[in-house]
Amino acid sequence: MNRFEYERAGTLAEAIGAEGAFLAGGTNLLDLMKIGVQAPARLVDISRLPLTEIEPVEGGLRIGAMVRNSTLARDPQVLAKYPALAEALLSGASAQLRNAASTGGNVMQATRCSYYQDPLSPCNRRNPGSGCGALGGETRNHAVLGWTEGCIATHPSDMCVALAAYDAVVEISGPEGARSVAMAEFHPLPDAQGAGDAPLAAGEIITHIRLPDPGAMARHARYVKLRERTSFAFAIVSAAAALAVEDGRITQARLALGGVAARPWRCRTAEAALLGQPATIETFTRAAELALEGASPSGANEAKIRLARKIAIRALERAAAGTPERLPALPASLFAGDDNG
Amino acid sequence: MADMMTAGGHVRLGSNAGQGLTRRDGVLKVTGGAGYAADCRPEGLLHAVTASAGIARGRVTHLDVAAAEAHPGVVKVYTHANALPLALSPDNKIHPFVWRMDALQSDEVRYAGQPIALVVAHSLEAATEGARLLAPQYDAQPARVTLDDAEPYETDTTAFGRPSGHSSGDIEAARAAADSHLTTTVETPSQYHNPLEPHAITAQWHGDQLEIDTPNQAIGLAKQTIAAFLGIDPSQILLRSPFLGGGFGAKAIVFGAQFLTILAARDLGQPVKMVLRRDQMYGPVGHRAPTRQTLQLDLDAEGHILALEHDTITTTSTFDQFLESASNASHSVYATSALRTEHHARRADIGTPGPMRAPGEASGSAALEIAMDVAAEARGMDPLAFRRLNYAKIDPSTGLAFSSKALEECYAKAAEAFGWEGRPLAPRQMREGRLLKGWGMGTAQFPCPMFQAAAHATLRADGSAVIETSAADMGQGAWTALAQIAADGLGIDVDKVEFRSGRSDLPDAGVAGGSGHTATAGNALFNAGADAVRQMVDLATNDPASPLFGAGNLGVTARGGRLHRNDDDRSESYEDILARAGLELLRGEGKASREGTPERAMFSHGGVFAEVLVDPDLGQIRVSRLIGAFAAGRIINPRLARSQLLGGMIWGIGFALHEEALHDARTGRFVNNDFAGYHVPVNADVPMIEAMTVHEDDPFVNALGIKGVGEIGVTGTVGAIANAVWHATGIRPARFPIHPESLI
Repeated sequence: MNRFEYERAGTLAEAIGAEGAFLAGGTNLLDLMKIGVQAPARLVDISRLPLTEIEPVEGGLRIGAMVRNSTLARDPQVLAKYPALAEALLSGASAQLRNAASTGGNVMQATRCSYYQDPLSPCNRRNPGSGCGALGGETRNHAVLGWTEGCIATHPSDMCVALAAYDAVVEISGPEGARSVAMAEFHPLPDAQGAGDAPLAAGEIITHIRLPDPGAMARHARYVKLRERTSFAFAIVSAAAALAVEDGRITQARLALGGVAARPWRCRTAEAALLGQPATIETFTRAAELALEGASPSGANEAKIRLARKIAIRALERAAAGTPERLPALPASLFAGDDNG
Repeated sequence: MADMMTAGGHVRLGSNAGQGLTRRDGVLKVTGGAGYAADCRPEGLLHAVTASAGIARGRVTHLDVAAAEAHPGVVKVYTHANALPLALSPDNKIHPFVWRMDALQSDEVRYAGQPIALVVAHSLEAATEGARLLAPQYDAQPARVTLDDAEPYETDTTAFGRPSGHSSGDIEAARAAADSHLTTTVETPSQYHNPLEPHAITAQWHGDQLEIDTPNQAIGLAKQTIAAFLGIDPSQILLRSPFLGGGFGAKAIVFGAQFLTILAARDLGQPVKMVLRRDQMYGPVGHRAPTRQTLQLDLDAEGHILALEHDTITTTSTFDQFLESASNASHSVYATSALRTEHHARRADIGTPGPMRAPGEASGSAALEIAMDVAAEARGMDPLAFRRLNYAKIDPSTGLAFSSKALEECYAKAAEAFGWEGRPLAPRQMREGRLLKGWGMGTAQFPCPMFQAAAHATLRADGSAVIETSAADMGQGAWTALAQIAADGLGIDVDKVEFRSGRSDLPDAGVAGGSGHTATAGNALFNAGADAVRQMVDLATNDPASPLFGAGNLGVTARGGRLHRNDDDRSESYEDILARAGLELLRGEGKASREGTPERAMFSHGGVFAEVLVDPDLGQIRVSRLIGAFAAGRIINPRLARSQLLGGMIWGIGFALHEEALHDARTGRFVNNDFAGYHVPVNADVPMIEAMTVHEDDPFVNALGIKGVGEIGVTGTVGAIANAVWHATGIRPARFPIHPESLI
C-alpha cells in the first residue's frame, strides 16, 4: 500500500515545524489521499490539540482552530453576534461532516475543481508547471473573478465567505514565530503561472480565527447560497452581507462572494459605494454591479456572473431586513421562507 | 442467511397478500446482520483491483507491470498480454442480458474507465497501490463522447431485440388533416445508476466447482452467462445474491470486471474478491445514455391528437449496442390516429449503456409530457383536460384494448388531493412570497411484462413451510411481498413461511427487472403453494380417517394452516393430515410465465402532479409538493408498494433537477464520477410527497392480477416537474437537468 508515517502532536509546540501534512478532521485530506491527489509521506495528527475554545476577547471573538464546524455553528456568541457565520456553516456539507470538520481545516480545504481532483489531468495547483486542465474543459463551476490562465479554480468554503465579510483574521504560528493574515487575503490568487504561493509556509499552523466585534451589524447579517440540490452541495455562487443602517442610511457595509474565485471575494468597492446610501434595491443593485466589476467568464460560465450579482443583491436585501431571531430550517437557502418581496 | 423467518406481531385482516407488512429482512439490515457480497471473507482471500483507462480511445502502449508486481503484497497482475481466455467470443450473446464480456482481450481502449488490468494482492491496499503503479501509457485518439461528435449508426433494434421504429396509421394524411403542428425538442443527459452497493464479487473454486457471491438481479441468467464464458456446466456454479444494495438495472448483467475476478480465482487457486470503487462504476457497468428527442403533435381544431411522431437520437458504445428506447414511451399513452416512432444512434467512446430504472420510459415520458403541455398551451387548454381529451381507450400502437386501465381514476384522485382545480392557465400567475409558484402534471405509464419463473413450496410436519425460488431483493421488498403471496398459495400464515431465495441452486425466479418480478416470481410461488395444497387435499379427502374424507377437491378450502370442508364446518390441520399419512413434508412445484401473444395491452398507469417554487432572480427550483396516484393491479403489500412509488417519484426529482454525468470532451474522462459531483436528491429536496394507489382488478395480466410498481413512479414525474417549472416561470425547459441559469 501507499505507506505514510503517522504522528500525533500532543501540544502546539510539537505541531509547529513538524514535517508532513496536518490532519485535523480528515474530511478532505483523506479523500484526496484515497484518490491519489495528495500523497504525504507523513501525517501529523493535530486533531487533539487544545485549540478548542471559542473565547470572547477584547473587541471580538477568538475561535480555536480545532473547534468543530458543528460546535461553532451552534455557539451562542456566534449565533448572537455573527449569525451569517452560523448560517454559512450550517449550509455547508452534511451534519456528519460538520461534526468532524475543524475550523482550521475548513480554511485549508482544497478546491473541488474536478481537474485538480483528477491526477491524470494537468493542474498547476497540484503539479506546478503542468498547466491548467480546467481551461477549455467543463467550467460551469469555475472562477469568474481573480483567475488567470494558470488556474481557474474556486475555493469551496462557505464559512470563509462569512469570515471574510466579518473582517476575520487568521492567526498563524510557525517556526519563525506568529503572524496574522486577514481572511480575505489568506488564500492566494493565482498568478500567470499557476495557483500562487501556498498560504502557509512549511511547518506553519493555523491556531485561531479572530473576529472583530460587528457592532451595529450584528443583527443585520446574512449568508445566501445558490445550489441545485437543496442541501449537501457546494455553492454555485454565494454571498455574505452585513449592514448597519442609521436614519435610513447605510453606515457600515460588508459584502463577500463565494464560489467565484480562488478565495472568498471581499467586495470593498461595493461596500464603499453602499455607505451613506439608502438601503434600497437600487442601492444594492449598484453595489452588486460594482462587486462583479472586472468579472469575466473563465469558460462556459458567463451565467455565474449574472448569478453572483443577483445573490449579492439578495444577501444585502436580507441583511437590511435583519437577521431572524432563529436561523431558518434551511440555512442560507433561497427557500428559507424569508424573502417577502 | 437464506432463512428469513422473523418474529411476527403483524395485525392482519384476512389473507396475507394485501397487508402492509414491514420488511422481513428489515431487522437484519438495520443491525448489520444482512451479509452482502463485499462482506465475504473466505479463508485465503485475495483482493483484486482493476486499473481503469485514463483515455477514451486509443491503445495501451505500456504498463509498468514490474513495478506493480514488485510492490509488497501483490500476487499477480493481469493485462491484455497475459489475459486469461474465455470459452466464447466476448461478443457472443447467449441470451439478451449479455453485454460484451470485456476481459482484457486487447490493448485497445474504447472508453474512459475501461478496465485495462487486474491486480491481485493479499490486501485491498496493496492491490490498489499495485494498480496505481501500473502507470499506463497510451497512444490516444481524440475522444468522441457527445451526441454531436459521435458517429451516426443505424440499427433495427434498440434493446432486448425490440424494433427501433414503429409506424401505425397514415401519418401524412393525419398531418394534412391537422389544424396545428407542434414540435418539441428535449435533451436528457447521461445518467448513472449509482446503487449504494457497488458491483462486488467474491469468487472461489473448489476443484471444478465455482462459488460466487455477487449482487445480481437475474441469478439464473447470471449463472448461464458465467457458465458459458467459462465453458463449464451451469450445475458447477453456485451463485449467492441474498441482498442487493440497490440495482436499478446495473446489476441485471454480469460485466467483464466481475468475470475477470472469477478467472483470476481459478488461475490462482485462491478465493478472490473485487469491489468496484464509486468512480469505477462510471463506464464498465452500464448507464442511461443521453437522448435528443423531437416530438411532433398534430392537432385538430378541438385539440385531438391526429398524429404523434417521436424521434430519439441516443448514444451507444463503439463495440456493443443498447439504445435508450425513449420514443417507445409514446406508443400507448395517448390516443392518436397515426403514430410514428424512430430511434437513431451515435457510436461514442463510452461504456455500453444498459437498462436503468425505466429504461426508455423515463427519458421518453419526460419529453412526451413536455410535448403534451406545449400542445395544451397552444390550444389554450388545461393540461389535465387536454390529456383527458386525448385519453387512449385502446392502445394506439396495437389497437388492442387495455387489460385494465384506471388512469381516469388516478387523474381524479391525484388532482383532488393536489387541489389542481382553479389552476390559472397562464404561467407566472402564482407566487409564494417572492418565489414563483407553478403547477404541472404528467401521465405515468409502465408496461407489465411477465418473465419465466419456477418455485417450490414445501409444507412441513409442524405446519410450517419453506418456499424456494432464486428471487432478488434489491431493497424493493421481494423477501416480504413474495412470502406473502406464497403464504396465500399455501393457505398458511406468512410467519410460518421460511423463505429461501437469492441462490442459484434454487428454482429460477427470472429477472428482477421490468417491474415484473413480483408478478412473475409471485405467480410461480402461488402455484407451487397451490400444488402442495392440492396434494394435501388428495391425502385428506381420500383418507377415511380424515374429517375431510369424501369432500372432494372442489369442496375444500385451505385457510390458516387447515383444510376446511365447504359443505360443513369440519376441518383438519396440515400437521394432522401429514402425521396420519406418515409424511415429513409435502412439496409443491409451480411455474409462471405469459404464454402466447397477448390479446390485451397491459400497463400500469398513474397521474403525477407537481408544485414547484422557483426563485425569480436566481432560478433555483424546489419541488414543494409531489402527489401521484397509481393503478397497478393488485397491490400485494401497500407499505412496500408506496415505498417503491415514492422512490420512483424521487428518482424523477433527481432526473428533472440533479442527475447528469459530465465528460471532459477532450479526454472523454468523467469530471463528476462521485457522489460529491453527481447529485441525487437528498431529504431536503423532498419536502412533501405522496403516492396513492387506485384499486384495479386485472384478469388478464396474470392469475393474481399483479402489475408491478418498481419503475412507473419515474414516468410522469419528470414531465410534471418540468411543466410546473414552465407554469412558474413561463420558460419551457428544453433539457434535463433543469439548471437555474436556464430560467433567468
